[in-house]
Order: sequence, then C-alpha cells, then structure tokens
Amino acid sequence: MGNYSFMIRIANAQGFWGDSLEAPIEQLRGGPIDYLTLDYLAEVTMSILQKQFARDPLAGYARDFPQMIERGAKEIVERGVKVVANAGGVNPETCGEAVGAALGRAGYKGRLKIGVVTGDNILSRLDDLMARGIELRNMDTGEALESIRSRVRSANVYLGAFPIAEALGAGAQIVVTGRCSDVALSLGPSIHEFGWKRDDWDLLAAGVVGGHVVECGAQATGGNCQVDWETIPDLAGIGYPILEAEPDGRFAITKHPDTGGRVTVAGVTEQLVYEIGDPRAYITPDVIADFTTIQLEQVGKDRVRFWGVQGRPATEFYKVSISYSAGFKAAGTMTYGWPDAVKKARAADRILRTRLERLGLKFAAIHSEYVGANACHGDLLSGEPSPDIAEVTLRVGVRGDDAAAVERFTREIAPLALNGPPVVTYPSGGKPKVEEVVAYWPALIPKSEVTARVTVKEG
Amino acid sequence: MARVQLREIAHARSGDKGDCSNIGLIALRPEHYAALVEQVTAERVKEHFRELCRGRVERFELPNLHALNFLLYEALDGGGTVSLRTDAQGKTFSAALLRMKIEI
Repeated sequence: MGNYSFMIRIANAQGFWGDSLEAPIEQLRGGPIDYLTLDYLAEVTMSILQKQFARDPLAGYARDFPQMIERGAKEIVERGVKVVANAGGVNPETCGEAVGAALGRAGYKGRLKIGVVTGDNILSRLDDLMARGIELRNMDTGEALESIRSRVRSANVYLGAFPIAEALGAGAQIVVTGRCSDVALSLGPSIHEFGWKRDDWDLLAAGVVGGHVVECGAQATGGNCQVDWETIPDLAGIGYPILEAEPDGRFAITKHPDTGGRVTVAGVTEQLVYEIGDPRAYITPDVIADFTTIQLEQVGKDRVRFWGVQGRPATEFYKVSISYSAGFKAAGTMTYGWPDAVKKARAADRILRTRLERLGLKFAAIHSEYVGANACHGDLLSGEPSPDIAEVTLRVGVRGDDAAAVERFTREIAPLALNGPPVVTYPSGGKPKVEEVVAYWPALIPKSEVTARVTVKEG
Repeated sequence: MARVQLREIAHARSGDKGDCSNIGLIALRPEHYAALVEQVTAERVKEHFRELCRGRVERFELPNLHALNFLLYEALDGGGTVSLRTDAQGKTFSAALLRMKIEI
C-alpha cells in the first residue's frame, strides 16, 4: 500500500446525469472519504437546462443534486466531507441556494459554506464577442458561428480547476459549478489540498489523469470491462471509484471494501483510452497531459497505483461547447418473428419507404436497421443473419428540418401491424415521439475573454 | 503463425466526441502489442469500418499501456444527438474492431 506522507480520498459518484442515485450515498457511508465529486453535465444536458431556464428563472440546474445533499447531509456535515459538483448547469447560483435549502430541511441550516463558480455561460455575450472579431469557428469544420447564430441554444466555456480550488480555499464545503472540464471536479481538490501551482505541469497532468480515470464512475471499477466480465463480482453492488491522491502527483485508484466490481490494470487501462484523442496531448484548460508517460501497476486487490505522468503548459484558449437547434427526428420500431424474420422486416422497410415517398415526404436522412441482426456493427461486419433467427426488430429513423414531415412519418409505422408482412408485433405506447435535434458546435475562445467568478456564502 | 481474431489477444473501449468515434485497443499480454502495431494499421481499420465510417482514420500509439488509439472521423451519422443509429455514440465499435483477424 505504500507509506503515504499525506493523501486525500476523492470519491466519484456520478458519471453522467442519470447515473445511480444510490452511488453518492454509498460513497459517503461505505468508508472514509475526504471529497465527493459528481459529474452531471453531458453535452446534451446544457441545452435542456437552458430550455428549462428560459421557461423558469429558478430552473436550469440538476435538481437531483440538492436532493442528494439532503439525503447525505448527516455524513457531509458531521464527517466534514467536501462535495464538488457541476450540478449548477446554466443556473449555478440558484442551485447553490437550493443546496442551502436542502441542508436546512435536513436540520443543518447555516452549518457550512457553499461556493458557487460562474462565468462559464457566454450565451448572452455571443453577439458582442462576434462583433469584436471572435468568430467561434467550429473546431471540426472551420465554419464561423454566424451560419447558425440564430439557432444557438446554449454556449458554455469549459472552465478549469483553479476556481474550484479557490472556492475550497475560501472555506466552501460544497462547491457548485456550471460547465467545467470533467477532470476539474477532482483536480480542484488536489490543487487546494496540496498547493499545486498553475505551472506545476507534471502535477496538474497527474491530477488530470486521475480525474479522467474516475470521471465516468463505475467504468473504472469493473463496469463495461471486457476482460473476464463474467467473473467480476457483484455488479449489482458495484463500488464507485476512489482516487487516493498524493502531493507528489502519484495516486491510486481503489473502491470501498465490501463493494462489488473490480479494480484492475485492465479495467483502468480501458478507461484511460476512453474518449481521448492524441494521447500525447490530452488538452484541458489547466494543462496538456501526456498519456504516453503514464505508468501503472496492480499493487493489491482492487488497487492500481499510477506515477510518472508528465504535462506541458496549457494553451491560451478555453474550449466552448455551443448547442444549436438542427431540425427534428423520430424513430419507430416493429418486431418480426420466426420464420424469415429478417426477410419480413426488410420487406416492411421497403413498404414503409414507398409509402413515405408516395406521400411526398422529404427528409435529410432515413436510416433503417435490424436490431438483432445488424444495428450495432452494420451489415458488412455482422454478416448475413440466419433465416432461423427467432425475431428481429425493424427500427426506422428519419431526420429533417420539416417538423410536420417528421410528425407524419410517426403515423406510418403502426399501420404495418395490420397491412404489412406477417408475424409482427409492436411496442405499446402509441406512435414514436418527435424530438428536436440539438447539435454541437465546439469552438475556442481566448482565455483573456473569460473570467471565472467565485462566491462563497453561509449555507 | 496463426490467424486469430483480435478478441483473443486484445480488449477495447470506445466512445465519441461529436461525429468522431475513438476506439482504444489494448493488448491482453504485452508480447502481442508489436503485432497490433504492425498489423492493425489506420488503413486496415478504415477498410474494416468502411460501411460505418465515412471519414479518415487516425492512429496513435501508447506503448506504455500496450495500447493503440484510433480516431474514426465522420463515423457516427452526425454525432450522438443527431445520429439516427441505435449506437449513436459508437459504444459498441470497440467490439466491432475486435472482429478483425491478424497473424500472430
């Protein structure tokens, strides 16, 4: 286990909004931890929250978070566990107030300080920025933002970890942020506890790597692990990851004792290579981490040690995540049973497409797949399905700018139950739902244009 | 020399960033990493995924982890929220890559 001079335990309990409601409580009660971090903000989440905020100025944040604080208040207050979450969405101040109210309901009014980080939301500044020549070009396509300006729904800068450290330094025990880099939630506590400086590139890079391993929750502790997955114990009671961080940039990944799952080199390596680009340049607001310098070793049951991580100076830019409205889509399904299930499903697809054409409906895209035969890997890799396959589900989706056409499409699926190929069944619950498509526009903004603001108040 | 499916000597995890899918491929035993580097080239991965990936394929090496990272551009029918596919984020692409056969 090593002789730690000083070590802090940072427990992650939420890999995305919709992850386990029990994980935060289990991390608080399952053993000693110093910090609890929760990541609520997927890219799609910000546009949903912006829409809620537009309807209600007291909405626009992850409401699960204050509820979690209320449930876990006893452990948080009495054991002094600090909590860092990007639950603030597009309304961090109101989220902070809701956290205070939740603590009050639990009987801990005024017992601790709540920090709020803002400054990431640049939606109201877009026109001013563009007028001053900051084009916010799409990082993938090079297009200027102007082409979709009228359809923009949200615009948030990925802030770094230092504002979180500042809030902790000012005495906050719970820190609520809007958009920040996912790894900032656990890097902020290390910066605060160990006094890491803005140019401690190797230390910051180590904190980024540790944060990357734990940011997707149980994907670091046996969830989604391909190696010996059938033998991974008690996935029903899987323990979420705990990062044991040390001042010199070494760290270990583990989980609470007597929890399910497994922490292995194989599993954490899968997580290390998850959603990365060039491994020599993992770019974050605070540092560029070099993933080809990571050394790791299994040092005990459910414990992997990391060391050797190197970093380089951060860039002069923050990444901005802009969401914009990009039309409508819907998808419907029909399930065909043995015999010749795929043949029948393909015939139904041809019939449906013919009817859509005769109706004169135009779509930007129509996509058909056969769930059970080719939906995940396509025809080429999946190969020809057996005519004896027990059943297959035809799933047809359409996408386009014309909401009425997409709506009309949703009425053409169900009739196949009576007027198409035989041995067919379909989901109850009526016609498919039409959804607005929200697309992403990644861009860069000079750091000089963005100021993170930190406020800390009695809860 | 034996022809094996990658699933016998490697494991993988895949995810998304916009319309780009990333697949991390890891040797189960360090001695098989050289074969991955030599044979699982960007060109071969592009050919393997030609039905699903409309753009180019880029490859990076992580010798410290006995791993390769692949970026498949224009591979997700427009990306997570736009895509009409069941696997809009390419979560199962990891296993799709493990279907490939190489010589060891």
